[in-house]
Amino acid sequence: MTRTTWRKVPGYAFLTIFSIFSLFPLYFMVVGATNTSTDVLASRLLPGANLIQNFQDLVAAADVASAMWYSALYAVATTVLALLVCSIAGYGFEIYHSKGKDLLMAVLLLAMMIPFAATMIPLFRMFANFGMVNSAFAVILPAISTPFLILLFRQSSRSFPHEIIEAARLDGLRELEIFFRIYIPTMKSTFAAAAVITFMTAWNNFLWPRVILLDNKVQTMPMLISNLSAGYVTNYGVLMLAVLLASLPAMVVFLALQRSFAQGITGAIK
Amino acid sequence: MSATVVDEPTATKRPRGSMSPSQRRNLTGWVFLIPAAALIAIMSFWPMIQAFILSLQTGRGSNLDWAEPLWYNYQRLFQDEIFKLTLSNTFIYLIIQVPIMLILALVLANLLNNPNLRWKAFWRTAIFLPCAVSLVSYSLVFRTMFATDGFVNDALMWLHLIDSPINWLGQAGTARFVIILGLIWRWTGYNMVFYLAALQNIDASSVEAAKVDGANSWQTFWFVTVPQLKPMILLTAIMSTNGTLQLFDESFNLTRGGPAYQSMTMSHYLYEISFQRNPNVGYGSALSYVILILVAVLALIQMKVGDKRD
Repeated sequence: MTRTTWRKVPGYAFLTIFSIFSLFPLYFMVVGATNTSTDVLASRLLPGANLIQNFQDLVAAADVASAMWYSALYAVATTVLALLVCSIAGYGFEIYHSKGKDLLMAVLLLAMMIPFAATMIPLFRMFANFGMVNSAFAVILPAISTPFLILLFRQSSRSFPHEIIEAARLDGLRELEIFFRIYIPTMKSTFAAAAVITFMTAWNNFLWPRVILLDNKVQTMPMLISNLSAGYVTNYGVLMLAVLLASLPAMVVFLALQRSFAQGITGAIK
Repeated sequence: MSATVVDEPTATKRPRGSMSPSQRRNLTGWVFLIPAAALIAIMSFWPMIQAFILSLQTGRGSNLDWAEPLWYNYQRLFQDEIFKLTLSNTFIYLIIQVPIMLILALVLANLLNNPNLRWKAFWRTAIFLPCAVSLVSYSLVFRTMFATDGFVNDALMWLHLIDSPINWLGQAGTARFVIILGLIWRWTGYNMVFYLAALQNIDASSVEAAKVDGANSWQTFWFVTVPQLKPMILLTAIMSTNGTLQLFDESFNLTRGGPAYQSMTMSHYLYEISFQRNPNVGYGSALSYVILILVAVLALIQMKVGDKRD
């Protein structure tokens, strides 16, 4: 081998080691879902034949279908509403720029510094006062408007050509029409990046749903698997299958939109 | 606005009074911001104020009264041994995990940014994929792998690195180590994506120039690339600090805060105080304010340090 080839070895070695570190727990989870509890503890790393049995045991132990449905409902509703509210705000900040709006943006960014821990107790009391404990609204509302998403859309809007807006105005389009018919189709990759981030965060959210959803009938997948593992007897094969099911939707969304995700982030920080 | 003056004559002809197009556009802009701003005000700022008021009150359930003295809850916190323990645990995670993770992310991003690298898409996906897994899911996978009769002990014994199984989650040091390892696993790829995005915007000629001047790849990375990434490093440092101070899912699901609170985080303790057994929202709110102040102070320090331009 030539000298330049040798110089590449540490880089590839590092990437290989880190990729194994990244992928192994995922592999462990997938293989575990197909094995018996004993096999998982015996560190069997080959696929087993117990997938169907694990599935039957899981369905018997917990209402997976309902948890999947509620997780999907909360995550999709949060994503759609968050994209709508934050994209139009980011657009408004950049396209209708004024000093007053800069000040408002600075104030909103401060909210990024507020840890959820500091707002959790009053939020719970607020929703409880309105009789909204266990309701979808209570899960979704605090997650719709985030400074991070607004910032992402504002930064991305910088690359949106203002001449198009002028041209559209001359063509007689209203301001809202410009946003829906021109801005949204043009900024697809930003929307994809925002959708991936919001969906993954909403699907995987645990603390707030756990606080506000007291009734197990409306629980999410993360809540379900957490409760499942807290039981006295743990069937590890069943647990790994449940954990896999709880992770799959967010992973599929990420893999499907991965390319646009990277583009969207890159576009936003230019 | 000068445009307003120019538009004045036409504006008078308009049936709906005196608004010029530019004024109306400015108003449209404000209307676009209202839903987002109102939600943040109601869901973040208002509760933040409420939490402060609550932190000055004592009592159980909805039976709350002003504390005597007003700062009683705060006073109590600093005599609370469990609180001190969770505070130090959280800082151990912060000080050890965040630098390791950010350096790893930086190195990985730099490797992946090399245009001649092969299988780029594979490396990127492999390293980012953990971020799609929920915190609860990975906590439970790690819990299973690090069980006393679990995979990690089996592997280490098979390699003859240890003679008898280690009780990973049953001892303070190892339990904390597993949480730190989990955090690195879950978040390194996330930060790497931010660095990758920032690297795309770096002028390639500055790197070329350094190479022409005879800098090796390490020198180029450290003296040319890293300084240009400073704003992004600052952002990721603040995000990670913020996230670590609010760590909950791992403590709750991976180690259950154990053994005996030795790996419990502040947020986990906050949850215990506020929502389990005998909920005490006044005391919990005081703890939540300590977290808020820590986040703010650390972010401020990082901004001050990161803002020093050379």
